[in-house]
Formats: sequence, C-alpha cells, structure tokens
Amino acid sequence: MNQQIHVSPSPHINGEFSVPKIMYGVVLALLPAFAASVYYFGMGAIIVTAVSVLSCVAFEYLIHRFILKIQPRITDGSAVLTGLLLAFNVPSNLPILVIVIGALVAIGIGKMSFGGLGQNPFNPALVGRVFLLISFPVQMTSWPTPGGFSTGYADAVTGATPLALVKEAVKNGESISTLANIPSHMQLFFGHMGGSMGEVSALALLLGFAFLLYRKIITWHIPVFLIGTVFAFSGILHLASPEKFADPVFHILTGGIMLGAVFMATDYVTSPMTHFGMIIFAIGIGLLTVIIRNFGAYPEGISFAILIMNALVPLLNRWTKPTTFGEEVKNGN
Amino acid sequence: MLKTFKRGGVHPAENKLSASSPIITAELPKVAAVPLGQHIGAPASPVVNKGDVVKVGQLLAQSSGFVSANIHSPFSGTIAKIEDTIDITGFSRPAIFINVEGDDWLETIDRTDILLAECNLSATEITSKVKEAGIVGLGGATFPSHIKLSVPPGKMANVLLINGVECEPYLTSDHRLMLEKGDEVIVGTQLLMKALSVSKAFIGIENNKPDAIQHLKALTKNYIGIEIVPLKVKYPQGGEKQLIKAVLNREVPSGALPIDVGVVVHNVGTAFAVYEAVQKNKPLIERIVTVTGKSVKTPSNFKVRIGTPATQLVEACGGVPEDTGKIVSGGPMMGKALKSLDIPVSKGVSGILLFNGKEAKRPIMEPCIRCGKCISVCPMGLEPYLLMTFSEKQMWESSEMSHTMDCMECGSCMYTCPANRPLLDYIRLSKSTVGQIIRTRKQ
Repeated sequence: MNQQIHVSPSPHINGEFSVPKIMYGVVLALLPAFAASVYYFGMGAIIVTAVSVLSCVAFEYLIHRFILKIQPRITDGSAVLTGLLLAFNVPSNLPILVIVIGALVAIGIGKMSFGGLGQNPFNPALVGRVFLLISFPVQMTSWPTPGGFSTGYADAVTGATPLALVKEAVKNGESISTLANIPSHMQLFFGHMGGSMGEVSALALLLGFAFLLYRKIITWHIPVFLIGTVFAFSGILHLASPEKFADPVFHILTGGIMLGAVFMATDYVTSPMTHFGMIIFAIGIGLLTVIIRNFGAYPEGISFAILIMNALVPLLNRWTKPTTFGEEVKNGN
Repeated sequence: MLKTFKRGGVHPAENKLSASSPIITAELPKVAAVPLGQHIGAPASPVVNKGDVVKVGQLLAQSSGFVSANIHSPFSGTIAKIEDTIDITGFSRPAIFINVEGDDWLETIDRTDILLAECNLSATEITSKVKEAGIVGLGGATFPSHIKLSVPPGKMANVLLINGVECEPYLTSDHRLMLEKGDEVIVGTQLLMKALSVSKAFIGIENNKPDAIQHLKALTKNYIGIEIVPLKVKYPQGGEKQLIKAVLNREVPSGALPIDVGVVVHNVGTAFAVYEAVQKNKPLIERIVTVTGKSVKTPSNFKVRIGTPATQLVEACGGVPEDTGKIVSGGPMMGKALKSLDIPVSKGVSGILLFNGKEAKRPIMEPCIRCGKCISVCPMGLEPYLLMTFSEKQMWESSEMSHTMDCMECGSCMYTCPANRPLLDYIRLSKSTVGQIIRTRKQ
C-alpha cells in the first residue's frame, strides 16, 4: 500500500447523477427543438442561439472572475443551459445587441445577484426574456414566418403568431371559427407557425421530454399537470363560448406551453422540491397562463405565469412537506 | 409484483463479486485480540487473567449490564495481556490478547455437522441459552439478541421476521450462509419462534439472490409457519422499519420499536448463531465475513473466529491491492472507514471492503441545485437538504422539529445528491447535538 488511506463517514459510494451530467442532459434534450427551429427559421436560429449561449457563459465567467472574485466555474453547464433557453424564448431575428442585453439580465440579475447557481428564486432565462419583452416590445414581437431553411436574419419576413391572431380577432369582435390564416392542428404539432424560435415544434419538445424522463432528470408531474390544466381550463372556456375562446388543442400546441411545461417550469432551482408541491405549482401556472392569454393584455402568458409561481415556491415547499415515516401510522393488515 | 417498501430508496450497483465463492474456513492466527466491547451497550468485564490457559468456547468476559453480552474464547491458548487496541470503531478500547496454541475445544460443544432439528427446551430456556452464548445482532447493529427475545410486559409479538435481505452492495455473507447452512438457519428461526411464542415467521430475501430463495423455499416445505418472501431489490430494505413495511405493510411509529407493531426482527446470521448455541452448545465465537473490492484478487467469504486480524483475511484473498485507498468495515452505504487493516474481526463485522484510490476520494461539493432528489429517495420521508442547512446554521430547534432524530443514516440522500453535498455528515452532527439537548431536557 503506497497510497494514502482515506477515512470518511459513510456512504462511500456515489450515484450516477452529477450537476454537469444533469445540465448537459437537458441541453441534449433541447437538441430536437433546436433542429426544428433551424429547419423553420434558418440561419437566424443559429445566430441567436450562438450569441445567447456565448454571452451567457461569458457574463457568468466575468462576474465570477471580476465581481465575486471567485474561481470561475462555467463548466457545470448551467450558463450554457440558460443561454439556450433564453435563445429559445426569443424571435429568431432578434438583433445581436438585444440578445446580449438579455443574457446580461438573465445571468447578472436573474442568477448572480441572488448568489449564483441554486440561489435564484426566478428562472434566469425567463427574467431575461420578460425584461426584453418589456424593454424591446417591437423587436420581441416581430416573428419571422416559418419557411424552409433561410439564410436571412434581420431581414426575415415577419408575421403574427397564431395566438396574436386569435387575440386580435377576439378584440375586434370577430369569431374565431371564421379566421382563415390559422395553421391546422397538424401544422401546429410539427411547428409550422410563427413564434419564439425554440417553442414552435411540439413534436421536438415532446421528444426532449421523453429523453428527460428516460434519463430520470425530471419527473412527469410538472409537464403533465401544467399541460393538463391548460387543456382542461381552456376546454371549459371553449365549450362555454367557442366563438370567443380557441379550442384546447390549439392552446396547448401554440405559444410556449410545451417549452414552458417541459423545460422552463421544471427548472430544479425554481420549482418545488416535493411531488405534491410540483403538482400545485403546475396547476397554478396552467391557470394563470390561460387567464393571461384569454383575459389579459398579452396574447401569451406562460412566462409571467411561471415567474409568478416561482415566487410562491418557498411557500409551496413549506406547505408540502413530506410525511415522515411513522408520523401518521395507518396499520391495516 | 414483488413486495418492497413504498417510500424512497435507491438502487446502487450491486457488485456482489463474491456471491459464488463458497465459505472458506479462515486459518487460525498466532496472536488474536478479542475486544471487550463488540456490542451496543456496556463492554463485557473480563473473568480471565494474564497467564490463564483457555479452551475454545470458554467464557472470557461477562455481560456487565442489562444491555451487554458475554464474550467467549474463540481460541485455545494463553491469555497474553488485557490491553487497549484500536478496534472496529476506530477508537482504542480494551481487548483480551490470546497467544493461540492448538485448537482445543470445550467438551460440551458439539462440533459435528449433524442437523439437530428437535428441541425440547422451553421459551425461557432458549432465551437464556442465547444470552449465555453472547449472541448479538449479526447484521451489523450488534444489539444483544436476548433482549429482543424478552418481550417487555404489556407488549406482544405476533410475527418473527428474519432479515435475509443483504441490501448493501458487495456483501455476500448472508447470501452464502443461506445457501450453505439453509437447514440450520431455518431450525434457528424455529427456535426464535418458540422463544417468542409466535406461530408465524417470514424470511425476507431480495430477488437478486434467486438461488437462496429457491433453496430456502424448498427447505421450508418441511416446516410449519415459516414463509420465504422474495423482495424487490432496493436499498435500504434491510433496515428494520423498511423490512417490516415491505413484508408486513406495518409502519413502525416514529420513535417506537418493531415490538410496538408486534414484530421482532433478527438477521439470518443471528438465526444461525441461535441454532448453534441452542442445539450445539456453541457460543458465538465465529461469523461469516465477506472480503471484497474491485481490485481484490479473489473476493471471498470466510468463516472467521472472532479476534482474527483483518489483515490475515485480506492476505488470504491475494493480499492488499497496490491501489487501495480506503478500507471499509461493512458495506459501502453504511460501513465504517478504517485507518488500517490491523484490527481484529469482531461480532459486527460483516465484510471488509477495499476501494481503490479513485473510488476512495469524495467528489468535490457543488452548490445545492434544489433538485429534490434527496427528498424523493429518503426512506424516512425527511428533507435532507433542509436538515443539512439547519445543521450548518446550528438551528437545533428547527432540526428537531424537522425530525432529524428519525434519520436512520442509510446514506441514500448523499448517495443520490448530484452536487455531492455532505448531507449525512451534517445530519449526524445535528442528530448528536439534538440528542444531547433532548437528554438534558429530560433530566
């Protein structure tokens, strides 16, 4: 024995999970959606993603190095993930400078100001996204129309999202059923619509969901209850008044429901720790989203809904403590 | 569907390297050290002096309290000294050193392999024989067994549960014992049933030991009231409360004991020791020890006399591997890390596990990402991340309110944590501090 003998308390073995493995697992799960956005939006999707990821990682490095003055630790993949999610939440023709500002807000304010990884109460990518939506409303709502692979970026042809079309129609007193330029459910499922670059293809996002479940990175609770709540609530509204409220399938396939349910609301740091807490959290997001979409000023509301529920997570954690073994004993035989 | 406990649990790589190695009888050492404190409770007090000549099976030290156990000589020879030595706990504690000479047994001990299934002793006679033989829980907890057989007034046992789960990775001593001494284990189970006056016993075995399940199932056909229960492989199923939940679906209340739900749990190794003590008059002087590790040349199972140096067992497996970086007594999840192999095997040593340098190091701790995995794997329904925070901030009252005392230290949280946080270290700290506060409050 030439080696040092280590002595430490048990356990002496570690499981398969590690922070980088989880972060890069989510990155892998986002690849189908990335492929779909490149397919629909072309070069723009690649540029936006590259700028967003690089600037998020750079800001994290700079803040660690020069402001917090600690050993920079960007290899855990969390900044890469924030960058990807921020890119997925903006239009594919967003000017580079705006993306960089979004990344600074996401990492600097959304994450680092609270103490870095694990400390932030709000989803950093959504903080960046909502900041941009409020600060640059024009650029953030000019949606390139999906086409084959295009090399255009800033000069892309733009149009409205299906949700915006519906909102506009309802505001003008038109009936939803008479709208002509709404994509079919099938087109919506594959992602043939205007929107934030990563949110369009439900199919690609569901593939990512399957991968996350397979790798046991997330559980099914948040996505299933979130999508289920949106479906049920918008279904009830639709049944009550089909002219004023779009059908539930339309609602779950458009906008950010899939991206939000699978990737944004399931963020470990900003979601509850127990399954019961997750269910309440997901139902809350679903209800708020449908309320904002149908009765609020914005056509889409999932970003706001997730941020609002993020704020409730500490309370949910307190209310939904697990029952200790042997605390409430039910001994039937 | 196989039975298992419902809440939490993990499934580490099983690594049962020595599962197919038959039990080998270890050679006798030249000098042995028999520790006086091999069980939970007061150390035994020696009844021999330096220079005395002893035979195998002779009483060396006497139980010195309610929770204590006798210790018998595993060797014949001369008492060299009674002196402190570093034992399995890592502390220097008194032990009786014996210069081993020959192998001369007490005549009262039946050393044949003939199975004696018949027993005409009464319940109290069996219990007193178990007490006399110094039998303690051989699963690793080393709680004196006769205490569990004397059911306190006002309580009733109606089921005996035999723990053949062996949920710790690497360890195979119980597995081999069930395969090679199945009849004896079952007769031992019957004796325990008689001592407790119960008519039903279950032997819980995890499904990764199908040969043991088949073997014992075939054997139990000839016995009334003993049932083999195959269990889904899940750690920590060998924990008493988890095993009771898995097999009987009874939940032991927080702070209570198995007897409060009418159950007594004993390990298969203990059942075997009870057989030998009651039917063969043989005190607890031997046990089965697994010596294993990925770099160990021939991972093996040994029948070892108590007091044999652990080094000798490792030598018999091809020597200490060059790359050894950690020595663990017991399994990888709950075992204790040792500073060196120069310790005597005691009643609670179920295995000696050697890790290489790479496996030995703890990975670097990262910030908690609040994934909640520690909560979902905790078999006791606790919030390990919160208990760690309370402990770090020395918030003992909050620790107590959050049931830190219910932690069984199975290590599932820390095993699972992706950020490699030392959850159990901090929970242990809060357990000992809160335990002290509770004791002071009671005074």
